[in-house]
Amino acid sequence: MQAYIMAFVIGGLICVIGQLLMDLTPLTPAHVLVLFVVLGGIMSGLGLYQPLVEMGGAGATVPLPGFGHALVSGTIEEINKSGFTGVFSGGLKASAFGVTAAVVFGLLAAVAFNPRG
Amino acid sequence: MSVSDGRQGQEEFQKWYQARFNQVKPKPPILKNVFWAFVVGGLICTLGQVIQTYFISLGLSQKEAAGPTSAVLIFLAALFTGLGVYDELGRKAGAGSIVPITGFANSIVAPAMEYKREGYVFGVGAKMFVIAGPVIVYGLVTAVLIGLAYWSFR
Repeated sequence: MQAYIMAFVIGGLICVIGQLLMDLTPLTPAHVLVLFVVLGGIMSGLGLYQPLVEMGGAGATVPLPGFGHALVSGTIEEINKSGFTGVFSGGLKASAFGVTAAVVFGLLAAVAFNPRG
Repeated sequence: MSVSDGRQGQEEFQKWYQARFNQVKPKPPILKNVFWAFVVGGLICTLGQVIQTYFISLGLSQKEAAGPTSAVLIFLAALFTGLGVYDELGRKAGAGSIVPITGFANSIVAPAMEYKREGYVFGVGAKMFVIAGPVIVYGLVTAVLIGLAYWSFR
């Protein structure tokens, strides 16, 4: 139960930051998504995102900064395992499941459905 | 009256109009928006936690479960975007429906569907990445730069 509450709170708070950026600055949703991926990646590189994942579970991995964290932590892990080549292979390797799912399910849904109205 | 006078008058009018517009433009109801972003964003992440817990109960490690968990959320978001339900939710939830990975999936399906009549290459295939493209580009570049720094200094 604790894990679900923490996921709710941490995930909700990350979304609140996004909402405040959209309401108080001229940033569009697309800007917020790009910004969050980059910030998640930088925090991950500084070792600040993993503690958030340990605290919030899916609350930290489901929002877009979690995608940045997956890219960066995957890169670092692959560098540790296989050296320099990891710089280029680690990010996509770690996020392959999600990226492929997004492309495949995205295409399927776009082909199967038509916009309303 | 010369042409330049007219143009100046028009500029002044535009300035006045913009100022007036900013005065009367409704301010976003920030508290309400923040509340719904928190609740909906939190609930989507809780659903993610439920799915992740399920995959872990099947014997996956927490790390191995991350991919399948995102995939299920992405599938659901793509489906509900196709059905027109996700954008209805987004009207109220704002960032609560945009910031989770489900919003990323929504940003792929919605424009692809919208531009289908432009064909499967320049319509669906290209428009899928209107928002997802920049996210992947800057995410990957961030990862490579941090990777390079880590590799140099480790």
